[in-house]
Amino acid sequence: MPQMFTPTPTLEGTGPRTMTLNMGPQHPSTHGVLRLLLEIDGETIVRMMPDIGFLHTGIEKTCEAKFYQQGVPLTDRIDYLCPLTNNLCYVLAVERLLGLEIPPRAQWLRVMLNELTRINSHLVWLGSHALDIGAMSVFLYCFREREDVLRIFEMVSGQRMMTSYFRIGGLALEPPLGMFDAVRKFVKRFPSRVDEYENLLTSNPIWMERTKKVAYLSPEDAVALGATGPTLRASGIDIDLRRDMPYTGYEKFKFKVPVSNDGDVFARYMVRVQELRQSNEIVRQTLEGVPEGPIKADAPKVVLPDREKMKTQMEALIYHFKIVTEGFPVPAGEVYQAVESPRGEMGYYVVSDGSPKPYRVHVRAPSFANLQALPTMCEGRLIADVVAAIGSIDIVLGEVDR
Amino acid sequence: MLLAPAITDLEQLKERPPLARLLAWDAGAVEAAKFDRDEFTIVVKRTAIRQACALLRDDPALQFNFLADITGVDWYPSEPRFEVVYHLLSIPRHQRLRLKVRLAGDDPSLESITSVWPSANFFEREVYDLFGVRFSGHPNLRRIMMPEDWDGHPLRKDYPVEGYR
Repeated sequence: MPQMFTPTPTLEGTGPRTMTLNMGPQHPSTHGVLRLLLEIDGETIVRMMPDIGFLHTGIEKTCEAKFYQQGVPLTDRIDYLCPLTNNLCYVLAVERLLGLEIPPRAQWLRVMLNELTRINSHLVWLGSHALDIGAMSVFLYCFREREDVLRIFEMVSGQRMMTSYFRIGGLALEPPLGMFDAVRKFVKRFPSRVDEYENLLTSNPIWMERTKKVAYLSPEDAVALGATGPTLRASGIDIDLRRDMPYTGYEKFKFKVPVSNDGDVFARYMVRVQELRQSNEIVRQTLEGVPEGPIKADAPKVVLPDREKMKTQMEALIYHFKIVTEGFPVPAGEVYQAVESPRGEMGYYVVSDGSPKPYRVHVRAPSFANLQALPTMCEGRLIADVVAAIGSIDIVLGEVDR
Repeated sequence: MLLAPAITDLEQLKERPPLARLLAWDAGAVEAAKFDRDEFTIVVKRTAIRQACALLRDDPALQFNFLADITGVDWYPSEPRFEVVYHLLSIPRHQRLRLKVRLAGDDPSLESITSVWPSANFFEREVYDLFGVRFSGHPNLRRIMMPEDWDGHPLRKDYPVEGYR
């Protein structure tokens, strides 16, 4: 196939005063392998162009060659800071294709773990964002609490990061004894820990100087450029899919959606810190009434049988063998399932042609969308503000490049 | 929970506001429609996509003001081979809509919607990169994931999963 060769993206200076500066892909404050081409006039940015794709691993293509249930561990790797949100979005999409009903206990636990994932992701964001701007100690504080969350993940799934805990039709395992106690302990302690972060940052004059009125994004621009999640809410657009288009039982829980009208880095910081508190509140509510009952849907052709049943019942053994060796057919159709990930609207578009392998899996990644708003935030500002702006949109390059 | 069968009859669906609006604008622009698993899909003609998007965005009763996603599907070897899929979201009304354009395999090209939503920029580049669908009027239609000198379009179905070795 003849292919036109075009050189790597360059920005030619528009006049004698400007020069082109390359930032990344290994710059520590680009949060991964993001390359930015900056056209600068002194310290001022005239134009900016993000260059991505360094982490493209072809996960969407790989999914097409796997059975539906084999897609779950792949989704962990897309956004490695919120693996459970990716798991959830994928399994919800496949469950909707199948028309499966999920038992309340599984839904309840999904909400709880999903909110813990949000806390985990926001803690990494807060720590590294503050580190970028120069507040070193916040990073250590945040990772102290993140460790607690990761221990909870390890308890339920055996893994700290690549959890793969949600399965099509329910959960992988019954949560272990002591898990709820660990969550309860964490929930009780966490609000005071958020106070600690806020003590260090919120009214800190250096922090305010570096973040207030920096990287402004107007509400009109935010919608037109496809900004999503906390970035969109910090620009005054009040949408949160958990509240407005609920999934997996979020309508049962009460929480506020923090919104700010300032549209700057500080507003995004405030929105996310409030979200930490709200997520903690949701986890507290989930602890109060975890329903008893099964953790897997009653669909023997889709959900793997219990170990005990498999060893004693012929039928269960046959189903187990068939699911593992030839997968399960999914009725033809297509579904776009969106969930509110820590970074915004994450969507899985799954197309089935009736076979046990997905015909197409597409991931609508919130970081990919947020990255498009970055040049608008930075143009006309100083180079030092770019670092603050990148931190404030909270991109994960695994998700941008997939 | 049993799946309700998909409704694909235009007569049954024409009362739904987005479809009614598009039919009132140009009945020839709509090729098909489908309501399945609580999701509404409208297939529009390739030449109509940009105006259809602008119409749905600006209509005060619909307000599909947010472009959530653009992607592609390759139905190789059947024809029309490609589908370009647009997911729209109405932030004020909390509604979703899926638009589709079907494209023949020998000339997969259509109009860019970057003039309607600047956010389409990256998404269209991705579809171009991975499927080889060209968007006319795009300000910067270059590969975004793959290297600039890459051969072929990896998400096409005739492209091997392991790549060419």
